Amino acid sequence: MAARNIKNQQKLRLVKQGQTMWNARIGVTILAGLSISLATVISGCTTSDQGWKGALEHYQADDRRSGYTYREPEQQAIQNDDFQNPGMILVDDGEQLWSKIDGAAGKSCASCHSDASKTMKAIGAHYPIFDEKLGKMKNLEQQINICRKDRMNAKPYKYESSSLLAMTTFVRHQSRGLPVKVIVDGAAEPFFQKGKELYNKRVGQLDMACSNCHVENAGNKARADTLSQGQSNGFPTYRSKWQKVGSIHRRFRGCMKNIRATPYKYGSDEYVNLEFYLAWKGRDLLVETPAYRN
Amino acid sequence: MASVKARVKAPKTAKKGEVFKVKTLISHKMETGIRKNKKTGKLIPRKIINKFSCNYNGKEVFAGDWYPSLSANPYMAFYVKAEASGSIDFIWTEDGGKKYKKSTKITVS
Repeated sequence: MAARNIKNQQKLRLVKQGQTMWNARIGVTILAGLSISLATVISGCTTSDQGWKGALEHYQADDRRSGYTYREPEQQAIQNDDFQNPGMILVDDGEQLWSKIDGAAGKSCASCHSDASKTMKAIGAHYPIFDEKLGKMKNLEQQINICRKDRMNAKPYKYESSSLLAMTTFVRHQSRGLPVKVIVDGAAEPFFQKGKELYNKRVGQLDMACSNCHVENAGNKARADTLSQGQSNGFPTYRSKWQKVGSIHRRFRGCMKNIRATPYKYGSDEYVNLEFYLAWKGRDLLVETPAYRN
Repeated sequence: MASVKARVKAPKTAKKGEVFKVKTLISHKMETGIRKNKKTGKLIPRKIINKFSCNYNGKEVFAGDWYPSLSANPYMAFYVKAEASGSIDFIWTEDGGKKYKKSTKITVS
C-alpha cells in the first residue's frame, strides 16, 4: 500500500511538472495565435481551427486524455505545426483526390458533396455509425468505399492503400478541433456491447486485453514506451515508427500482434465494433487528425 | 500518388538586417536505388533529390548536397538574413536533372 502511495505521489508530481510546462507553452501559443490572426487579416482566410492547438485543456475531457498528452514536447511541437506535421502531406493528397473524377458515373466526391470544408465538417467525428442497409456498423473507410461503389461506379479502394488513407485523413481532418461523438444507443447498442466485450477480453498467448494496458496501466511504461489511454481521436495518425500515416485498424493489428494474438482483418466487423466502442470511450475529445505519434 | 509538391514557409515582410527562419518541405518519395522490382528482379533506379539550394535575389544563400539515407519528404529549416526586397527562390534537383522550384516574395523595410 505504501509503495503504491509513493508511486501515486510521483505521478502527481509528474503531472504538476507537466502543467507548468504547459503554462509556458500556452504563452507561446498565444503569441503564435496573435501572429496567425494577423496573417488572417492580411490574407483574408480563416484559420479558426488553429486557436486550440497546443493548450492542454483541449486535449482532455474529464479523465479522458488524448495520446498527445503522453508524448514529449518535441513530438507535440511537430503536431502543432501543420507545416512540420508529415500527416498533412496526406491531407493534401486527399484534397486532390476529392475533386478527381473516377469511375463509370463520371463523378468525383466533390460532384455530390461540393466543398469538403463545409459538407464534411463534423462528419468524421461521428463515425462509426449504424447502417440500416448493411444492418451493422460502418466506419469512415467503408463509407468512402460505399460512395465509390454506389455513386461513382468506381472500384473501391483497397483497405490501408495510400488512396483510402488519404481520403479518410482528408475527410476526418475537416472535423479537427470538434469533439468526438458517436450514437451508442438504439440499433447500434448490440455492436457497442460487442466492441466493449472485445476491449475487455483477454486474448493471445500473453492473455491480455486492451484494457490491461490502456485502462489499468495508462501512463506506465511498457518497456521504453509510455502507454497511453489508447484513444482514437487522432486517427488516421502519422506514426514515426511506421514512417507514414496509418488507420486505427492498423494500430489494432499491431497491438494484437504484440500480445501474440491473431489479428483480425482490416475492416472486419470486430475491428469496426472495437473502433466504435473506442470512439465512445474517447467521447468529447477533440479530433486531431492527422495526429503525430511515435 | 507520387505527386511531388514543394512547400515553403517564409515571412512576407522583414526588417533590414533581421534574421528570419525559412521552413521548406518537399513531398518526394526518394527512391533509394537498392530496392528491387519484385516481378522482374531488377533494381529500381535511384531517384532522390541530390541538391537543394536557396537563392535570395539570384544569389545563393543556402545550399546542400543530399545523399542516400535522407528521409522521404525531406524537411529543411534554416535562417536567412534580410537584405533587400525581392524574391527568394528554392530549387530542389532530382536525380536525372529534373528541378522543382518554388519562390516567395519578401518586402524588406
